[in-house]
Amino acid sequence: MKVSGKAHVYGDNVDTDVIIPARYLNTPDAQELAQHCLEDLDATFASRVARGDILVAGRNFGCGSSREHAPRAIKTCGVSCVIAATFARIFYRNALNIGLPIVECPDAAAAIRAGDAVAVDFDTGVITDETTGRTFRSEPFPPFMQELIAAGGLAAFWRARK
Amino acid sequence: MAQTMTQKILAAHAGKEEVRAGELILAKLDLVLGNDITTPVAIGEFPKFGRAHVFDRTKIALVPDHFAPNKDIKAATQCAAMRAFAREQGIVHYFEVGHDCGIEHALLPEKGLVTAGDLVIGADSHTCTYGALGAFATGVGSTDMAAGMSAGETWFKVPGAIRVVLTGRPRRWVGGKDVILHLIGLIGVDGARYQSLEFTGPGVAALAMDDRFTIANMAIEAGAKNGIFPVDETCRAYLAAHGAQAPKVFAADPDAGYARTIKIDLGALEPLVAFPHLPSNVRPVRDAAGLPIDQVVIGSCTNGRLGDLRLAAAALRGRTVAPGVRCIVIPATQKIWLAALEEGLLAQFAAAGCVVSPPTCGPCLGGYMGILAAGERCVATTNRNFVGRMGHVESEVYLASPAVAAASAVAGALALPE
Ligand code: SF4
Repeated sequence: MKVSGKAHVYGDNVDTDVIIPARYLNTPDAQELAQHCLEDLDATFASRVARGDILVAGRNFGCGSSREHAPRAIKTCGVSCVIAATFARIFYRNALNIGLPIVECPDAAAAIRAGDAVAVDFDTGVITDETTGRTFRSEPFPPFMQELIAAGGLAAFWRARK
Repeated sequence: MAQTMTQKILAAHAGKEEVRAGELILAKLDLVLGNDITTPVAIGEFPKFGRAHVFDRTKIALVPDHFAPNKDIKAATQCAAMRAFAREQGIVHYFEVGHDCGIEHALLPEKGLVTAGDLVIGADSHTCTYGALGAFATGVGSTDMAAGMSAGETWFKVPGAIRVVLTGRPRRWVGGKDVILHLIGLIGVDGARYQSLEFTGPGVAALAMDDRFTIANMAIEAGAKNGIFPVDETCRAYLAAHGAQAPKVFAADPDAGYARTIKIDLGALEPLVAFPHLPSNVRPVRDAAGLPIDQVVIGSCTNGRLGDLRLAAAALRGRTVAPGVRCIVIPATQKIWLAALEEGLLAQFAAAGCVVSPPTCGPCLGGYMGILAAGERCVATTNRNFVGRMGHVESEVYLASPAVAAASAVAGALALPE
């Protein structure tokens, strides 16, 4: 599987409170949540993001609250992949569980600039910054996680193995 | 192979002799928790796992606490969905507002629902609080909660661990909050990412259960998967007093492999405060005293227990809240609220000019009852001071102990409790 899109770049410790502020958590509706995605970090993001775009961030992306509303908002607003230097543990788990592709790659996270055209190949783990021509290699997921992603998330994975 | 305390609990629940850091395991769950924000999403996912009923209606806890008592129509709708699910599934541990309600992480230990050696997942990041009871407890998302409710088991990647050796006794006005803020300041907000924080050493005995809950609660603020304490007499007494099941005691092997060891002399600690916008921006209150504030919040799953309220009341010492400062006190559970009433603490708070709220998460997550305007500063006993956490993106939250929070309310500025 391969995705490509324009990069939106942010810093370290992007927490789930800025990804989807608690004032919007009075609904589980992903469409509604998506309208406020990243609002407290970048109020213009939700209106600028285009289908397929890629989020790029530094260390510890998704730290804080376990709200699955955060990866759901990111996925529903059209983001095709999140590349970060590292992910916070619960966010990492949640993203895989709901089928939002994420890639840990410190080099790519440091080099990619906002607006660059970026492509990610999940089979090879190769990230390409098509604007600068640079490529980066990310760790492939362990087999168990690959199965989970291929199944399209935890529910499908669970049903398949029972 | 030598194992950490966490690894032993995970191995026991995976039906294995031993597990290693990095290994993926399938483990049985003793309790699955959800609240009024995360449960509605889990209810949506639940049918997708292919079973009509939860795996065990006695092993699920549903707590309306974040936006309850309902703050608006949408919040009411979420609570109603959770209540309906609880009825339909016959969930035994559903806690209705007013009856025996409270903030989930104060409530579950109080109800005796967690015992030492348990494996607990909760769709709330501060589920790690129960590590104070010698349980493995960790926060997950709503899909994990749905999977757990359906199958009664879920997957884990076995974590490595950091050992935190505590020595000495804390001085007056120093407590669990200062211990954990010190640790987070030391290792950073991702210093324990994918790892356990295992607390040990002679200093553990000097910490009351309320202090241990506060410390384990904020393990997640260092990025940890769980925080855990050994099971000693204090812990056993708490479990027995709250009607928990007999403890299953697991102890770390003396030669267990730890990624690193951190030593903390409790006697050397002083009151600390975490400046915006990260829990790791820790400074001594001494160096920050005098910073004007607009609001104080004393409560939350971190510091809303009876011990915390007693400390806040002691720091108030019959004085009153500074003019222009709003001080909000929120006992974490109905039982704590009643005990504080009987001890005269609530009257003392109210007479001092505080507003006393029913149990709720409320302002902790910027929900309601204490939202900050642009430019406002709040000293809070909560656990997160991220951008916009308690309201406007240009507001500020300073994390501190109940003693510092109460002293600051009196001073109208960040202040030491003496
Ligand atoms: S009190 Fe705050 S941190 Fe604790 S469960 Fe409620 S919202 Fe979360």
